[in-house]
Amino acid sequence: MITLVLRRLGSVLLVMLIVAGLSFLIFNYLGDPVNNILGVNATLDERDELRRTLGLDQPSYIQFWHFLERAVVGDFGISYRNRVPVLELILSRLPATVELVVCATILALGVGIPMGVYCALRPKGFFSRLLQIIALIGISIPQFLIGMLLILIFSVELRWLSAFGRGDVVQFGWWSTGLLTETGRMALIMPVLTLAVFQISMIMRLVQGEMQEVMRADFIKFARARGLSDRSVHLRHALRNSLLPVVTVVGMQIGSLIAFAIVCEAVFQWPGLGLLILQAIEYADFPVMAAYLALVGFGFAMINLTVDMIYLFIDPRMRRK
Amino acid sequence: MTPGSSYLRRMLDSDLIWQFRQAPAAMLAAAVLVLMMICAVAAPLIAPHTPFDPGTLNLMDSRLPPAWVDGGSATYLLGTDEQGRDVLSTIFYGMRISLAVGVAAVLLSVTIGVTLGLIAGWFGGWIDAVIMRMGDVQLSFPTIMIAFFIDGIAKAVMPPDLREMTRFSVVILAIGLADWVQFARTVRAATMIEKNKDYTAAARLSQVSSLKIVFAHILPNTLGPVIILATLGLGVAILTEAILSFLGLGMPPTQPSLGALIRVGNDLLLSGEWWISMFPGLALVLLVLSVNIFGDWLRNALNPRLK
Repeated sequence: MITLVLRRLGSVLLVMLIVAGLSFLIFNYLGDPVNNILGVNATLDERDELRRTLGLDQPSYIQFWHFLERAVVGDFGISYRNRVPVLELILSRLPATVELVVCATILALGVGIPMGVYCALRPKGFFSRLLQIIALIGISIPQFLIGMLLILIFSVELRWLSAFGRGDVVQFGWWSTGLLTETGRMALIMPVLTLAVFQISMIMRLVQGEMQEVMRADFIKFARARGLSDRSVHLRHALRNSLLPVVTVVGMQIGSLIAFAIVCEAVFQWPGLGLLILQAIEYADFPVMAAYLALVGFGFAMINLTVDMIYLFIDPRMRRK
Repeated sequence: MTPGSSYLRRMLDSDLIWQFRQAPAAMLAAAVLVLMMICAVAAPLIAPHTPFDPGTLNLMDSRLPPAWVDGGSATYLLGTDEQGRDVLSTIFYGMRISLAVGVAAVLLSVTIGVTLGLIAGWFGGWIDAVIMRMGDVQLSFPTIMIAFFIDGIAKAVMPPDLREMTRFSVVILAIGLADWVQFARTVRAATMIEKNKDYTAAARLSQVSSLKIVFAHILPNTLGPVIILATLGLGVAILTEAILSFLGLGMPPTQPSLGALIRVGNDLLLSGEWWISMFPGLALVLLVLSVNIFGDWLRNALNPRLK
């Protein structure tokens, strides 16, 4: 088991190193750190001077090391466009995206798993047929279209919800949340729904498929033979054994939620990291792009690692190998 | 009987065609797909208007609703956008670009993936390790994220005039580079099996060069699963392109794909002009859905374990 954990850690480190390398390339070679600090009107002497003090005359592996040292403490330089430290910019946008992704994940699990269980237990019923069709549509419609449809219905036609922004937010230090105000909660509804529809559909289909397979297994027959109640057979035996693959997929999906949050934020003008990176690309703001890449890479690596650890933890069979 | 017709007869008698006739959903999906492809390829011939010829546009006709809504006109069946372009015609042209980008991107992924997979499987050792580790690292990110980054960085680096000119190839490159790993993995696994079979040994003994063994003998035997993956990959590629275009990173408004059309319509959604974005959206869903249904069927039909 320890070798397994170490091997996973090794591959996470490799991913992080490669991501850091790419981030360094963007920061140092695509962007121009000298122009970043002095502006375009500086003289050649001033440039050379700064180049020396920044260490840009040193070999690239030393520069890479310095970049890593600064990246670890979150120093990614100054945004070209906003003229504020990149870290500050990212921290101000991070809560909005985290709130969106976390709410969507909770909704997806809370709705998707029960729907999947229901459809697995009554696969031929009218209601579960209906759910299955809805889920098929849910995984086929691109997310931005779902968002636009919601805007069309609830903002344009019914005028119930605002089509953009976060509403009012409450600040706790650098963290801001929309969950504590009425407008903030209302503003969350459509973006969260947009982001969650695909996840709900996918988790439902996955749970249903896995559980139908598990229900055919011998140990379920034995559990019934022992006279256990339906409830206990379904939930304690069948569901628990069908959730293993769900954990892996949900982990991977949280990763892709971060990617799809970009689309969702573009539709609803949600002031999170996604809008930030879109603006950074628009204005060739390389320090922000480098920092975003490093942050997202770190996030993905951590999610993958956590999923592997959870897997190890909940499935005793994995530990024995 | 000519060899051509007997070949055709054999094809029609095959298991695959028989299974196809048993699957109404797959037949419907294939029919929709063929119809959309015809619309796309023949767009200049069958589109009722010429939306990208500024001379034929009339600003008086801009933002007209679909024909069956009050104020709509029968000349513009699905309405017009803010420049007075016929929505139905822009959809035909848009599908052309969406399909072209999708197919080209998948071909690029297949080419890269198959080549790297063959190399990794044939040589093994450290070459194999390097290629597959590269794939592992890439797989820990979603495809859309990688395409987004390649495309975004390319856009940020290029000066504006060059940006517009190279858009088509950049989008294809971004999507193609993001999705090669699955092909490499499949082909590598197949190559490792094929290279130990007798026919490979026989070819070696008759002093056929490695290059020829790999490409002329092993490659054809690994292509079955690649075709399935490529079909399913086409749906992903079309969707990825639509997302990139929707975010303003894909095709420009002068050369719009379905995603770019939806982006244009998105700005007009709040003023209630839903047809400008929703009809291209419907076309996109229909296209991706039929590709996916057909691809799913193909995977099940060709999977020996499910028979």
